[in-house]
Amino acid sequence: MGGKVELKPGTRWASQVCDTEVVVVRAAGQAVSLECGGQPMVAVGEPPAPGLELDPAFSGGSLIGKRFTEPDLGLELLVTKAGAGNLAVDGAALALKDAKPLPSSD
Amino acid sequence: MHLTSLLEIAAEALGDRVAVGPQGDGALTYEGLLQQAQASGRSLQQRQAQRLVAVDINSEAVPIGLFAAASAGIPYVPVNYRLADAQLRAILERAAPAVAVVDPSIPTRFPDGIPELAMTSREEFLGADGPAPAEAGDADLDEPAVLLFTSGTTGEPKAAVLRHRHLTSYVLETVEFLGADEADAALVSVPPYHIAGIAAVLSSVWSGRRLVYLPQFTPEAWVDLAATEAITHAMVVPTMLGRILQVLEERGEKLPALQHLSYGGGRMPVAVVEQALELLPHVGLVNAYGLTETSSTVAVLGPDDHREAVGSAEPHVRLRLGSVGRPLPSLEVEVRGPAGEVLAPGDRGEIWVRGEQVSGEYLGRGPTLTADGWLATNDGGWLDSEGYLFVEGRLDDVIVRGGENLSPGEIEDVLVAHPAVADAAVFGLPDDEWGESVAAVIVLVEGQQAGADVLIEWVSQRLRSTRAPQRVEFRVELPYSETGKLLRRVLKAELSSPLPQA
Repeated sequence: MGGKVELKPGTRWASQVCDTEVVVVRAAGQAVSLECGGQPMVAVGEPPAPGLELDPAFSGGSLIGKRFTEPDLGLELLVTKAGAGNLAVDGAALALKDAKPLPSSD
Repeated sequence: MHLTSLLEIAAEALGDRVAVGPQGDGALTYEGLLQQAQASGRSLQQRQAQRLVAVDINSEAVPIGLFAAASAGIPYVPVNYRLADAQLRAILERAAPAVAVVDPSIPTRFPDGIPELAMTSREEFLGADGPAPAEAGDADLDEPAVLLFTSGTTGEPKAAVLRHRHLTSYVLETVEFLGADEADAALVSVPPYHIAGIAAVLSSVWSGRRLVYLPQFTPEAWVDLAATEAITHAMVVPTMLGRILQVLEERGEKLPALQHLSYGGGRMPVAVVEQALELLPHVGLVNAYGLTETSSTVAVLGPDDHREAVGSAEPHVRLRLGSVGRPLPSLEVEVRGPAGEVLAPGDRGEIWVRGEQVSGEYLGRGPTLTADGWLATNDGGWLDSEGYLFVEGRLDDVIVRGGENLSPGEIEDVLVAHPAVADAAVFGLPDDEWGESVAAVIVLVEGQQAGADVLIEWVSQRLRSTRAPQRVEFRVELPYSETGKLLRRVLKAELSSPLPQA
């Protein structure tokens, strides 16, 4: 099983058990285990480990364009590719961020 | 995130949506933009280019060049082709070794070339491809993505370094991924060598908004293109907005598709903002304050702020129409005094910024950020009790008269409020008695008259008498930089002769 990793802003992570991909918007204050579909996520481009399966307890799905947070850690993720699994950190599902978009200044 | 990831992710989600170009034939889809950027990137790698310089007018080659350079792992360096030969040569020599996409006028202006600068036409650049590199390079977020030369007039050219992580942090924090409707279109008239021109590309691509380029700005061409392309979003600098409003008023054009008009890059007279609100009541106005060194926007005054301010009976709320709004949630902004102490709301000092998007770095020079990541902006200003930021211009422009610090912007605002005054520039001139004295250069409204004594009295009554100009000159126009900054230093140099003795 994957260990805990530092999630630096701008780094991209992929699910091993579904199509979900995310980018880190804000770093967590500490190393964490980032999971999707109940399994650890890997850096985008790395092949998934064989034999892993989507955990039904984490199969709510991730919608593209949604932001998820772990407020205590300061972590914020953006879903860049939708998938069947949902996101969690250290086994706890992440909360959907209800963000009002900023007015466009460009 | 790397700029290549930004485009790849958008292309995967948006595929055949139009990314760049006018409606109809010839437009580039997201997938097309990605393919074109990768092909041009391969060609740059084959040529072993170390930088991609662009000395060209605004066109679809800007987003292609930006992402092609990222794809090749080299910085994109847009340069102002309108600069005088000597100045442009100094910048190009500093930017070399590089491949340069150039306007046809450039080889003619430099017939002997520039050492280690391989000039290529836009058509050649867009048509070139190269073999796939043996192995994909690491997308290093810490590599420079863009170098922007600042508009200094003296000394060695100075280039701000913006790394991938700075630019994409700004985009991730401020732009809603896929937030645009399919019909949304952004009109880009700010030049690519202005940070707003770079931010427009990144924000539009990430939100899924079509980019439409105006090659060279005239207010008539801007209004024509905004109307025919059903433009929904646009960003302009202050000098552009006043002229655009004049054309809209003359033609009775309402631009019904326009939803968002943002302005920034310099001080905007409140009267122009009020006129924009009146002529374009359906449009959300956005005032943005930012610096090259902060990867664009730092603070935003949004559409609701504008409406609330203009409709308010409370003077302190109304005043906010002249503010740049509140800092982005992803940034920290402080106003500090000369000893570095954080000042209370209402107190004037220097604006400091900290955040992931803040670079504060120049090519070949050490970092200018403090050890804990703060950038001193060299802009003077203050925060009100609810966190609205008021910017009063470069601290270099502050007038020190008899030990008192005077803000030119404050005095200019009062002068422009006079019905006969169309525009005003205030600056300090050397003075034996006071250190500096206050001088004003005035542009009168056509057909109106106001003498120097009337304007001096006008300022004395509204501000303290120490802030009234001692010298008033009249001109038909004021010098502005191409990106809308009032060039007080030009007037200051012209008028730096001793006051005539009465």
